[in-house]
Amino acid sequence: MNKKLYALTAIFSEPNDIIRAAEKVSSSGYKNFDVNTPYPVHGMDPAMKLKPSKLGYFTITIGLFFASLFTYFIYWVQTLDYGQVIGGKPMFAWPTYVPILFEVAILTGAVLTVKIMIGFFFKFPNNSHPIHDSEYAKITSSDGFGILIESDDPKFDEDEINSMFAELGSKKINKIYFDESEINHKNNPFDYRFIIGLFIIAGITSATVYFNMNVLMYMTPFNWMAEQERGDVFESSDYASFSKLGMTMREPVEGTVARGFMPYTFGKFEKEEAGKALVNPYAADSTNLELGKRKFLTYCSSCHGDNGLGKSRLKGLYPPGPDLTMDLYKGYNDGILYHIITKGGAIMPAHESQITRKERWAIVNYIRIIQNNITAVEEEDTDTEDDDMWGDDEDSEDSDDDMWGDEGDEEDE
Amino acid sequence: MSTDFSKNPIIVEGNKNFKEIDDAVIAPLDRVPDYRFFIALAVTLTLLTIGGISLYISLVSGTGEWGNNNPVGWAWPIVNFVFWVGIGHAGTLISAILFLFRQRWRNGIARFAEAMTIFAVITAMVFPIIHTGRPWVAVVYLLPYPNQHNLWVNFTSPLLWDVFAVSTYFTVSFVFWYVGLIPDFAVLRDRATGKIKKLIYSIFSLGWRFSNRHWKHYEMVYLILAGMATPLVLSVHTIVSFDFAVSIIPGWHTTIFPPYFVAGAIFSGFAMVQNALIIIRKVFDMKDLIPMKTLETMNKIIMLTGLMVGYAYTMEFFIAWYSGSQPESFTFLNRAMGPYSWAYWIMFSCNVFIPQLFWSKKIRTSIIPMFIIGMFVNVGMWFERFVIVVTSLSRDYLPASWAYFKPTIIDFGLLLGSFGLFFTLVLLFVRFLPAISIPEIKAVKEGAQPTHHGGH
Repeated sequence: MNKKLYALTAIFSEPNDIIRAAEKVSSSGYKNFDVNTPYPVHGMDPAMKLKPSKLGYFTITIGLFFASLFTYFIYWVQTLDYGQVIGGKPMFAWPTYVPILFEVAILTGAVLTVKIMIGFFFKFPNNSHPIHDSEYAKITSSDGFGILIESDDPKFDEDEINSMFAELGSKKINKIYFDESEINHKNNPFDYRFIIGLFIIAGITSATVYFNMNVLMYMTPFNWMAEQERGDVFESSDYASFSKLGMTMREPVEGTVARGFMPYTFGKFEKEEAGKALVNPYAADSTNLELGKRKFLTYCSSCHGDNGLGKSRLKGLYPPGPDLTMDLYKGYNDGILYHIITKGGAIMPAHESQITRKERWAIVNYIRIIQNNITAVEEEDTDTEDDDMWGDDEDSEDSDDDMWGDEGDEEDE
Repeated sequence: MSTDFSKNPIIVEGNKNFKEIDDAVIAPLDRVPDYRFFIALAVTLTLLTIGGISLYISLVSGTGEWGNNNPVGWAWPIVNFVFWVGIGHAGTLISAILFLFRQRWRNGIARFAEAMTIFAVITAMVFPIIHTGRPWVAVVYLLPYPNQHNLWVNFTSPLLWDVFAVSTYFTVSFVFWYVGLIPDFAVLRDRATGKIKKLIYSIFSLGWRFSNRHWKHYEMVYLILAGMATPLVLSVHTIVSFDFAVSIIPGWHTTIFPPYFVAGAIFSGFAMVQNALIIIRKVFDMKDLIPMKTLETMNKIIMLTGLMVGYAYTMEFFIAWYSGSQPESFTFLNRAMGPYSWAYWIMFSCNVFIPQLFWSKKIRTSIIPMFIIGMFVNVGMWFERFVIVVTSLSRDYLPASWAYFKPTIIDFGLLLGSFGLFFTLVLLFVRFLPAISIPEIKAVKEGAQPTHHGGH
């Protein structure tokens, strides 16, 4: 039997003696030593030359971190995800969140500090340390004060330590060996017990999830949402006795206009009139063109091609769209292009219901870019001079947003 | 930690050595308890059964079984909730605040008081949850969790602050309590003879080995937890008082509520700890570990907090008159002279007059009188919450809706059941876990610390 030595131990019965022993051992230059006492003995940390614990920094960092995270969470809930005005206060009424943030900081700080201490500083749970179950451990947990020097200390020398302990006046000097199983222990991932254990855990987890999701949620009282009593409401197709026409849905009052609604009075074949009356309210800046490009690629490019040259991706399925860089289309002003997108062309369907006003104007701007870049010869002449449609309004050339006002933007939602 | 501990009052009587302390603390765990334990357990289990039956009836046929009705919607469940949360506060005061103030006498009762906190909060949490009406879906009302309706809780509401405060309080108290128990489990592990016992204690001790390199962090964490539990315990009853003070009901809408509630909580909590300690001391023969000096100190604190509560009662009247607010003045006159004046005067005499008997040293050092006074204080503090909740609601701004609240027998059953639950847990705790922290009590024994710092 070759037993492996873990440490040499000595036990004292008075707190003064253990302090003296710890001072002697630490000042003799030993590093891997420890003191085991049934309760924290005051003055032991300086005697062992230990630095104060740094756990407090973890606590404050964790507490503040989670409190800020929770602040953002509340901000997101109360303003972004489902904004509500409560009690006439601002949506983000931070003073009222102070109690909750305080509790969150305390909760996370306390729980995680303890977790860090146990898991990270102590490396617990660990019930297979060599000193467990030794005579030494039993005495130091009850009424003895023990000191031990580990065998892997660079200065470790059995005789020297024995004589030092004896000189300090210890009555019990002992050796602690590693257990046989601790020396030869190896973790084997292919051990059949380990694998069976994994299968059992997987089985229990799957069964629990299956039960919870497919059985439990359909049992009383967890199906409360589905079982909730509905009020005596009319379905949309029911006959409604209270209504003149027998319909549940009532017609709105005459003249009712939906929010953001803008009338478009030109018929499908009135593109000349539209071209005269309409003017592009959006400047062709980079954001507007980005929008126009995105919408063009989504709605137009399938027939007109990615570059507007009429290279349809739907060949054979639907007639290809014409080349947008043709002179005919260059000659159209913005209003006419807008009208065509809105109401459709010869075979092109109307896009009024799919593309918002702002997006349609952005597409027009984007088409202009395509036209000018493919044949970079032509001067852009039509679109800047057409602004005289409001007659005497001289400012209209630079005020592109005014005439559509906020309404044009709002529809974008 | 450079305080001078060389001059301390004797906390452990009978001059026990370390081994004898182990034996004395662990004795209730090792032997089969005698008849006194079983009599006590029979009483508490009877109460618990009454509460269980009442709860069953309430759940099956609904909250209509209670006396709650317009305009008194909060009534007894909330009275009981505030009462039990308040009881818990004394535990944290003893284990955390007195720890920070280096009151060494608290070491003998800190563990027990901390356990009482946990049990009191458990008991308290029952009431708001059943008061939601459908407790099985309480999580839907109480916690912010993602759901398909984008439906969140209202973070500006004091009732939600309460959810956070009470659940944080429970969790942190539990962690504090368990951290304190780790070395005790290790002592039990090293003493255990049976294999199963040893296995259980090994698991809970996590492999603690009394190393000073661990004690260093352990003491720091204990200090941190005490430092965090102290503002926490003050915040919890402050937030409980916000449930009332943030509303506009006359008699609730007052700024004195937070300190008044905290003082009241400590007052009632100390009375309850004192009562429970006297029972435990008797049932488990712990006269040496819970000496008369400790009980006397607690009685002094009861008297002090009683005076603070008395000050608050008087000040409420003064402010009601001084504010010139008519509903406010009416509410307080109504409390003292209206239909609930009997409750008001029970509260006032139990909380303010009776604790004055503790001025006499003879009374505050004899068991039977102090036990009876402690009971009176608990009765008085329960009635304080009753007065606050019920009188204000039963007669608020609109005289047309005034009504006189009457509890039903189910209400009484739930109240008795809460006492049953609490004391059953206390008795089982003392039977199965060390009710006194062994390292803490050893550390304050005479001669336990080195005579000179650094030992030179």
